Amino acid sequence: MGRTFSEKVLGFKAGAEVRAGEVVTVSPDYILSHDNSAAIIKEFNKLGVDKVRCPKKLVIILDHVVPASSEKYAANHKAIREFVSRQKIPNFFDIHQGICHQVFSENGFALPGKLILGADSHTTSYGALGAFSAGIGRSEVASLWATDEIWLRVPETIKIEIKGRLPSGVYAKDIILRVIGAEGADRANYKTVEFSGETVRRLSVASRLVLANMAAEMGAKNAFIRPDESVIPWIKERARDEFEVIGSDPDAKYEAVLDHDVSSLQPQIACPHTVDNVMPVSELEGLKFHQAVIGTCTNGRLEDLEVAAVILRGKTVHPRVRALVIPASRQVYLEALNKGLINVFAEAGCLVLNPGCGPCLGAHQGILAPGEVALSTANRNFRGRMGSRDAEIYLASPATVAASLLEGKIADPRRYL
Amino acid sequence: MSKGKAWKYGDDINTDVIFPGKYTYSILEPEEMARHALEDLDPDFAQRVKEGDVIVAGRNFGCGSSREQAATCLKAAGVQAVIAKSFARIFFRNAINQGLPALQSEEAVDSVENGEEVDIDISSGRIKTGKGIFPFSPFPDSVLGIIKEGGLIPYTRKRLKQSQKRRC
Repeated sequence: MGRTFSEKVLGFKAGAEVRAGEVVTVSPDYILSHDNSAAIIKEFNKLGVDKVRCPKKLVIILDHVVPASSEKYAANHKAIREFVSRQKIPNFFDIHQGICHQVFSENGFALPGKLILGADSHTTSYGALGAFSAGIGRSEVASLWATDEIWLRVPETIKIEIKGRLPSGVYAKDIILRVIGAEGADRANYKTVEFSGETVRRLSVASRLVLANMAAEMGAKNAFIRPDESVIPWIKERARDEFEVIGSDPDAKYEAVLDHDVSSLQPQIACPHTVDNVMPVSELEGLKFHQAVIGTCTNGRLEDLEVAAVILRGKTVHPRVRALVIPASRQVYLEALNKGLINVFAEAGCLVLNPGCGPCLGAHQGILAPGEVALSTANRNFRGRMGSRDAEIYLASPATVAASLLEGKIADPRRYL
Repeated sequence: MSKGKAWKYGDDINTDVIFPGKYTYSILEPEEMARHALEDLDPDFAQRVKEGDVIVAGRNFGCGSSREQAATCLKAAGVQAVIAKSFARIFFRNAINQGLPALQSEEAVDSVENGEEVDIDISSGRIKTGKGIFPFSPFPDSVLGIIKEGGLIPYTRKRLKQSQKRRC
């Protein structure tokens, strides 16, 4: 009987042949944290050790509230910078670099076959590049900094086979919203979600990251897409380390294989207040909203800004709505500048913010008032997430958000492409 | 363990309604976290919860963000355990790591009404409600060890004192 990707990587790390359901003790290759490093440092300091065991494994990226919006956030950032310098942590990215998941990938930490753990639920993203990557909590990160060890349960794997050519105006975001809507928010709880099929093989690196990022919204422990010749050059160009591509054996045992045909898929939208409350955009056309966000670790990459710019070029955002555009990283921002996309957004009346998480988690830069409705390219629409508990959040692709910005109400992007 | 009043909620209770994102990087003390526990789900909870009370919920409790404060705020508010039909993965780990027992029992959840008394025995793995006694799978020794030490941080601290340094 063959093995799944997750059984192989965790088995290799544990130095044993393992199967789903077993618990292993392993050392990760990299440990990610962001602004929450301040809270993690407080826990670390309770452990009775002075030194981080493996400083080179830590990757700390400030992105959640950048630049600091209050004295408290500023003090957190300061404590993190001091810790980084005291512990001689080489991989530190300060407030100007962008969202952790984008910066981590762009800087060649997310590599095939690596084991990556992060204090953020969307750490699942790096599965798009063939890594085993999962989110963990703060105490676990603090403990890992001190011990370099953690227990993990080897997850069962659900394979999601996607076939069919994507229609025009339909993107990776629509695929994953459709899958989550059909399968439910806890379908993959504690499991690996392996995306495969001809449609996935045709997706760009950026689009693959959308699938893996949002696997977290099905409860997945990690996501996996087997790296192929179309993404390996992208990975090699940036790689910080040597790597080996690991994939599931052809006769590996999957808990389930779910088939999704996207050849007649329409643009999708997730409605308040759960990510699995999904319907076609066509059924919601005309719904008014107040603020829209194009950005986040789900959809703030160059291809996302490009499609939004195609729709917004030479036009103006509806005067009743507010448009926030947030490139996912400094690198994305620079590329967007060089391609003239930032001009398109500014001319259309969008507010272009600095790379970072922006208002996605409700901490700053565009908080919602009671009764307001937001349309966002983000991954989560839980009650209260972007501010007031009496606000509503809809999630869609950058194309759907851009088209809707022109009309001031939810609009089908296919009319603008 | 002991008796406590049940606060019953539905499916997919996410970490944003358990502990809102706007506080995640500004509130660092557990006592202050407790004052915002379940704020966007049940605004009365934090004021009325008593030491030893129990959260009883449906499927996928704690889905969403990895924020550990979702477990910390409940523990600091006096909640002795969460009983749910199922837990989201990261919340489950976080709860254990905060020394907050996360107990899975579909039958127990179905048998409890909001406000009713629940009696929990962690070591024997049983939940007693007005309608009967319901078992849950007892924790393995390693996990029970973390709960008994009051969470992963005190547990790791103890272990580090005993362990040999290993090369990175």
